[in-house]
Amino acid sequence: MAVVRISGPSANAAALALAGSLPEERKAAVRTLSDPATGEVIDEALVIRFGSPRSFTGEDVVELQVHGSPAVLRLVSEALGEMQGLRPAMAGEFTRRALQQGRLDLGQVEGLGDLLTAETDAQHRQAIRQLRGGTGALAKGWRDRLVEVAAQVAAMIDFADEEVPQTPGASLKILGEVAEEMAAEIRGSRVAERLRDGFEVALVGPPNVGKSSLINRLACRETALVTEVPGTTRDVLEVRLDLEGLLVTVLDMAGLHAATDRVEQLGMERARSRAAMADLRIFLLEDTAQMTGLGVAFLEGDLQVLAKADLRESAEGAVSGTTGAGVTALLQRIGGIFGQRAAGAGTASRERHRHAITQARAEVLEAAEAFDHGEKALEIGAEHIRRALSALDELAGAVTVDRMLDAIFAKFCLGK
Amino acid sequence: MVVVGGGHAGCEAAHAAWRLGAKTLLVTQKIEGIGALSCNPAIGGIGKGHIVREIDALDGLMARVADRSGIQFRLLNRSKGPASQGPRTQADRDLYRHAMQAALAAATGLKVLVGEVIDLDIRANAPVNVLLAAGTTIHCRAVVLTTGTFLRGVIHIGHEQHAAGRLGDRSSTRLAERIDDLGLPLGRLKTGTPPRLDGRTIDWGRLGLQHADEDATMFSFLSERPTARQVACGVTETNERTHSVIRANLGASALCGGGIRGVGPRYCPSIEDKILRFPEKGTHRVILEPEGLSTDAVYPNGISTSLPPSIQETFIRTMEGLENAALLQPGYAVEYDYVDPRALDSRLALKVAPSLFLAGQINGTTGYEEAAGQGLVAGLNAAAWVLEREPVVFDRSTAYIGVMIDDLVTNGASEPYRMFTSRAEYRLELRADNADRRLTPLGLRIGVVSARRRRSFERKMVAIQRVKVVAQRIKATPKHADALGLRMSADGVQRTLEDLLGAEGLTVQMLASHVPEFRDAPSEAVQQVVNDALYAPYLARQTLDIARLRRDEAVELPSDLDYEAMPGLSRELREKLGRVQPRTLAQAGRIEGMTPAALTMLLLRLRAGTALGKPR
Repeated sequence: MAVVRISGPSANAAALALAGSLPEERKAAVRTLSDPATGEVIDEALVIRFGSPRSFTGEDVVELQVHGSPAVLRLVSEALGEMQGLRPAMAGEFTRRALQQGRLDLGQVEGLGDLLTAETDAQHRQAIRQLRGGTGALAKGWRDRLVEVAAQVAAMIDFADEEVPQTPGASLKILGEVAEEMAAEIRGSRVAERLRDGFEVALVGPPNVGKSSLINRLACRETALVTEVPGTTRDVLEVRLDLEGLLVTVLDMAGLHAATDRVEQLGMERARSRAAMADLRIFLLEDTAQMTGLGVAFLEGDLQVLAKADLRESAEGAVSGTTGAGVTALLQRIGGIFGQRAAGAGTASRERHRHAITQARAEVLEAAEAFDHGEKALEIGAEHIRRALSALDELAGAVTVDRMLDAIFAKFCLGK
Repeated sequence: MVVVGGGHAGCEAAHAAWRLGAKTLLVTQKIEGIGALSCNPAIGGIGKGHIVREIDALDGLMARVADRSGIQFRLLNRSKGPASQGPRTQADRDLYRHAMQAALAAATGLKVLVGEVIDLDIRANAPVNVLLAAGTTIHCRAVVLTTGTFLRGVIHIGHEQHAAGRLGDRSSTRLAERIDDLGLPLGRLKTGTPPRLDGRTIDWGRLGLQHADEDATMFSFLSERPTARQVACGVTETNERTHSVIRANLGASALCGGGIRGVGPRYCPSIEDKILRFPEKGTHRVILEPEGLSTDAVYPNGISTSLPPSIQETFIRTMEGLENAALLQPGYAVEYDYVDPRALDSRLALKVAPSLFLAGQINGTTGYEEAAGQGLVAGLNAAAWVLEREPVVFDRSTAYIGVMIDDLVTNGASEPYRMFTSRAEYRLELRADNADRRLTPLGLRIGVVSARRRRSFERKMVAIQRVKVVAQRIKATPKHADALGLRMSADGVQRTLEDLLGAEGLTVQMLASHVPEFRDAPSEAVQQVVNDALYAPYLARQTLDIARLRRDEAVELPSDLDYEAMPGLSRELREKLGRVQPRTLAQAGRIEGMTPAALTMLLLRLRAGTALGKPR
């Protein structure tokens, strides 16, 4: 299980957008969460509302208890992060809000103090670890170039009556490059997260095609480090494998077919949406015609594998859970696919970072658009740069005005 | 209360205190020093012009006086967005001084005394004694010190140096010793000024000219047009010959010869600095600014220097149009001590002596406008202190003055502090054009605004409201859009005229000629509505930031909070917090290097302390 907490004036509206309807305050109820943008079903969740001021933070709070899979959490936080006025909470922010609203008593405050000290240390270590890595270096590179642009623009505004070149051409080029790099990092960060949390592989197929025996075969392989995790729902079973250093979770879906029973239909629906979210789908089929009835789309990079190799005349390209035929080859193909994706991995591994970079990039693009209008909208472009920089604060450290002034005076001979 | 010093900070402080109703005395060394423009003969600019407008919004003096003496009004950044625009004017020195003296004289009950303050006797919660050189002692409840560069001021001309404030002023050593006794952290700064030229020896016919705007933009919301004749400035530039003369004589310059250890402003470098730091630049522009209508003195802006006078003359004569120029007064550099403004609270009073206020250059700032803005804050707060009223605090989201005070008391001044619009995170809201809307309501509330200004302000607000209502009521038609040269998306959404107003490039003139309803509306009201609409999408987002800022501003930190004993803070932060003693959580957040986790920690300790009933 995982709990997603939304706090603040937009909490109810945000939860409503995800859940369709909300229960009464302080009453838990099950709701189906779906992405408001695409309508895609994300998960079934237990939803609880706490109205202001009777909540942990003292603000309106909605808690979503969802299944703890990385894919579900990613989808929920992405859907929330894309809503106007929402962003991932900063370290200790709920506690801080609770404090500001006077929601904690002395005992709690003392207890939290110790916790926070410990947490701060842990965060500090974590932050240093992350910032030593690629994200910090990348973000610093972006920041330095954005500061350069900010300085150029600040000079054009604040030293207009001096000899400052009044052309933002060079700045536009820099902004384009930074936006492009940010886009690449956002694409790559999905993979980086997978490196940490593992890739998900959904095993999809009609009933009785041999999925369970294949899963069992995988679970028994000596080369694979196996931890059997209880399934997050009774419809999906998970087996975790260490595949040449990459963590891979294989999901065994209930056999997909056109069900008539309502309970079975619901289970099938969940299995389908879960399969759609996985990083890779393996379609285990007796013949390719079975693809049509499954209700799961075949995406680029997915695999089709023929089942029951032991019962076929030619075992070419087929697998069998019963005999183990073709299993090694299949694992090698999976390892190859993920290995290739991992090679292109970005280094930002946390949702918060991705959110920050996404925001920063949007501001960079808006800044470029403003500068494209010439000097009329310089101050508006500057505002976007300021926001882009502040979005990067957490990754690269805050930029002070003095730093920008340094950049100005290093570049231009100003002053009379 | 007593204001010491009659410069820009002093005049503004005394008048503000008088407006608030305090019994006020201004002590100055000489009457002619009141309102003197001691460096360049100009007021305003980008950022600086914003401050002047804010002073005016509270009925201060600088804007009105500049309007009376302006001889070349120009709105800088005229072709850029309204938030970037700043009014500026060349000012006639004599007219400025006289207008300032007249404004003080017109303040019935505001007293001016010529004398030299040589000592202060300050004790906590006791009246202050101000001792004059003449032997008199003045008893008062608060003192505002606006003594500029008097603290160990040294003038350098080449290798010659002599102790002084500005040229011709004496520097008072006993008062300096008294400041030393307070144990305040001091720093050393330098500044420079160019030589003054005899305009009759300049060949104006060979120079480029810079003219005043056709339609002058005034500083005061109450002024309509310039009263003095408008003149042009000359434009020339340095060349390779100029540079070689200077390079050959660098050893003789006080600024470069190692005779000065103070830190100079990077935005006001000497010509020696410019040539040293940017050797690849072949020319530097020089603006020849007339110092007034009734004088031949010309201020060559761009070549402040501390070379020996003979070398100054030589390099000046290498420039086009200045081949025969004669010097009326050599350029020089001033080095002086300043008080680290982190020793002040946001009223500009010393933390160790809450009835002693400092304003202007003594706090490490540069510029007339920055000094005047501080004078206003110190004057209002000294008066509030004397009258036992609430402090008048400006915050970053409502005024450049608030940005300046907060920057100074939070992060200090490592070089002479000058205002730039880039220092304001709420730049789009803090415009020169809406300074009255931002601050006059505050002025009305505390009672420092005249009846005339109140009436004018209220009329303007009503007009703006009327324009807004009209704009919201009129349905925007494709015909409107066509006439205004705008594209209207054909998405079927019904728009009002207000929705079109934010479009880039839309001018008040276009509106007046194409929308009958706006034909008779006052153009300044329409302009306000247009400007608001232009920035509306950004202001909505900034409003959230401002709300967050206000919430953190509301969390006050006791001045005796023991940061040393606070766990979870780095040594560096503990040290910085202890020195700054932030007044609020928001201010603590602006200390360089502060982290969100550390702020939560602070809040936590604060709450724990309050709950226990001991604010430690």
